[in-house]
Amino acid sequence: MSRKKIFSPQKILLTIGLLSGLGLAGCAGSPTWFEPASSNAALITHLGTIIFGIAIAVFVIVESLLIFSVVRFSRKRDGEPAQIEGNTRFEIAWTAAPALILVVVFFLSLQTLTRVAYSPATDPAGAPASANALHVRVVGHQWWWEFDYPDQNIVTANELHVPVNTVVNFDLESVDVIHSFWVPQLAGKTDVIPGHVNHAWFQASQTGTFHGQCAEFCGTEHALMRFDVVVQTSDQFQAWVTQQQAPVATMTGAAAQGEQLFLNGACIACHTINGTKAQGKVGPNLTHLASRSLFAGASFDNNAANLKRWLSDPPAMKPGTQMPNLHLSQSDIDALVAFLTSLK
Amino acid sequence: MTTTARALPLAKRYDTGILRWVTTVNHKDIGVLYLVTAFTFFLVGGIESLLIRLQLGEPNNTLLSPEAYNQIFTMHGTTMIFLFVMPLMAGFGNYVVPLMIGARDMAFPRLNALSYWLFLFGGLLLYSSFLLGGAPDAGWFAYAPLTSTQYSPTHGMDFWVLGILMTGVGSTVGSLNFVVTILNLRAPGMKMTKMPMFVWQQLVTSFIILFALPSLTVAATLLFLQRNFSAPFYLAPQGGDPLLWQHLFWFFGHPEVYILILPAFGIISEVLPVFSRKPIFGYSAVAYSGVAIGFLGFTVWAHHMFAVGLNPIADAIFSLDSMIIAIPTSVKIFNWIATIWGGKINFKAPFLFAVGFIAMFIIGGLSGVSLATVPIDFQVEDTYYVVAHLHYVLFGGSVFAIFAGIYYWFPKITGRLLSDRVGKLHFWIMFIGFNLTFFPMHILGLLGMPRRIYTYGSQYGWDTLNLLETIGAFIIALSILTFLWNLFTSLRGGEKAGNDPWDAHTLEWTTTSPPPAYNFAAIPTVHSRRPFWDQKYPHLAD
Ligand code: HEC
Ligand SMILES: [Cu+2]
Repeated sequence: MSRKKIFSPQKILLTIGLLSGLGLAGCAGSPTWFEPASSNAALITHLGTIIFGIAIAVFVIVESLLIFSVVRFSRKRDGEPAQIEGNTRFEIAWTAAPALILVVVFFLSLQTLTRVAYSPATDPAGAPASANALHVRVVGHQWWWEFDYPDQNIVTANELHVPVNTVVNFDLESVDVIHSFWVPQLAGKTDVIPGHVNHAWFQASQTGTFHGQCAEFCGTEHALMRFDVVVQTSDQFQAWVTQQQAPVATMTGAAAQGEQLFLNGACIACHTINGTKAQGKVGPNLTHLASRSLFAGASFDNNAANLKRWLSDPPAMKPGTQMPNLHLSQSDIDALVAFLTSLK
Repeated sequence: MTTTARALPLAKRYDTGILRWVTTVNHKDIGVLYLVTAFTFFLVGGIESLLIRLQLGEPNNTLLSPEAYNQIFTMHGTTMIFLFVMPLMAGFGNYVVPLMIGARDMAFPRLNALSYWLFLFGGLLLYSSFLLGGAPDAGWFAYAPLTSTQYSPTHGMDFWVLGILMTGVGSTVGSLNFVVTILNLRAPGMKMTKMPMFVWQQLVTSFIILFALPSLTVAATLLFLQRNFSAPFYLAPQGGDPLLWQHLFWFFGHPEVYILILPAFGIISEVLPVFSRKPIFGYSAVAYSGVAIGFLGFTVWAHHMFAVGLNPIADAIFSLDSMIIAIPTSVKIFNWIATIWGGKINFKAPFLFAVGFIAMFIIGGLSGVSLATVPIDFQVEDTYYVVAHLHYVLFGGSVFAIFAGIYYWFPKITGRLLSDRVGKLHFWIMFIGFNLTFFPMHILGLLGMPRRIYTYGSQYGWDTLNLLETIGAFIIALSILTFLWNLFTSLRGGEKAGNDPWDAHTLEWTTTSPPPAYNFAAIPTVHSRRPFWDQKYPHLAD
């Protein structure tokens, strides 16, 4: 076996290059923090680029040293090598070099940390508290997200709407186990811990829809505990707020029939519809369900066909979900879905 | 130094076959038991990892139910850490340490047997959960309150607690035994500063185990009381705190990383000098950096908790401590390279695995520094980036070192050499498979893939890399089959090893392969760090 060829640095670099190339190919549509969409996430991306740059440089130097020494000293030759036991000067040098690099890394890190850790809208030492900051309470549930806007009196699920260029402050709470609130393009993780109220913030710098997900293993459906963040212009956001604050429309036909089934069925034990006797808090607030594009932890497209599948057997779609199979008849399901799809 | 040609008379052996293995208190037998049992658990944990990779090989796969997936990844992590790497290192320690220090056995042979049996039955207890209602399913670090009866209603977590406690008692007893053996039973003349490097790292590891495990024991006991006697230590609604678990667990859990890697450092520090035909470069630096890592390892636990909302000042302090550990670690790497430098390399399989270890461990170390950088950690923790990091440390690190150790000491243990050609083939298949499996995980983490999800959609652009990783995992499996083949053919018809096939440095190579029950007919007197080398090459002596 010719180890010199296999060990050559070019080949190793080539492999790494190839793999990274593949990675970038997969990038389209990935929720990656290397495409930040908020001022705070951009700070971390900037830091990341520097740190990864340093790491790659160190990697190349040290691996080259290693490969060189192996290749160079594998050659056949006569006599025994000099029995060198150490060299204080060299050893001091290679203790000091990493120490110096780490000092730099630590200070860069500290600089970014102080800027992303404190929200500019609450930071006592930083910018003046902004009256325009939006306040959202995030509640983690196994396995979906609740978003409360106390100042706007809105409660919704799995789809967070925020205005662009505005600081949004989050209070994070959990009703069951530990979850973690993460929107890679908008903010790093903050854990959502029962018995604690944690804080997070971001200030989106561009409009669009961004993928968020639970990042702390939280049981059976951890994988399907996703959410979307919709960043809108302030006009669009105002329109959304107005729509969410509106009461439920008067239902007619099949939808009215579905409404009766809903209000007189098991649903009200777990779901809320504002202004009705349905005030359950176990599952998502459904008042404006039809305005959301995904449901059940932002895992399925919100359309009539999927809702019918859902109502006929939730655990078949999302094994482990806390919504049980209620064994509804097909005609009840049709009426309920007519009602649900009218909850604009 | 005395020759070993003389043999001592032995008591009549009444125990042969299976009875011998059940009743043995000899450190070498116990070492073999540890090695074989731990390796078997490695195969089991490996099969679990193949199931994980099969499930993630394509988006929206339904091969495994979420419940099954969660049990399997929990058992994979628990197995590899508690039932494979830790006991396997204990196996090397048992076999090699008394030989290296010129002792006849461990200080407490019967306690030594007890440690092994506690480990075996702890492991079996843990695995019996699969048949008795369901395996644990809360991940290897078992965050509260997911572990409470409300969220994990099967008995899996009870099995986990009891299995961990049982193997933990075994490790504690075993570590005490190592400490006493190393401090008291060294051959005349072998000062601490003349001990082989593997012995140094075993000593430090044993101290870490003694000081870290109590924290896990307390955490697990509280969990057991909570689950079975309604004492809500970790339940917020009843006044407990889930973060208590995290502090207790990681106060053990981070030193645990060093428990898994320091013996690997020891193996590498034995193999490199022998195959470079030079002494280790900077003996004191390598030994004391191990001690430094051992101490510092206790000051960094909260770097696993940057996202729990400690205040930024605490984050910064734990980040600083974590970065400081990178210094003694890089010192070791440079010393190893300097050991190779200027040597006359005997390019055999153990050496190849040792070099592979350094090459991969560098990557794990660098990704570790990026994780200690708090703001980056906010983005990459709990993603596949961390999974990549920990596998570069524990597989690229510990497992490559374990194979270096197996190829190195197999001839001493069995009297026969493993095939070098097949060994190198094994190395290259494993090296390629390992990098194909784990390198893309860095990228997936940066592309936003969280760890511990049983499925993902195709809209995220993660498909190709995941498929590649699954292929890589099967290449690793192929390399393990290659190794097993090498093992079985060499056991039957491998080249006879003789006492000293590698022209090595330390005392275990002065005696026969395998050594007699009493190791040395006469206890040798030691004058230097490489007693056997100096005897063979007096003109090149230290
Ligand atoms: C025992 C409590 C419970 C009952 C009863 C219940 N649900 Fe649910 N429901 C839930 C939970 C919990 C979820 C969230 C599931 C998830 O995402 O894992 C949910 C989710 C939903 C969703 C998707 C909401 C979204 O935005 O993700 C709809 C629609 C829904 N339920 C409709 C109904 C209807 C209609 C009924 C009555 C026929 C009903 N539910 C009865 C608990 C319940
Ligand atoms: Cu969650």
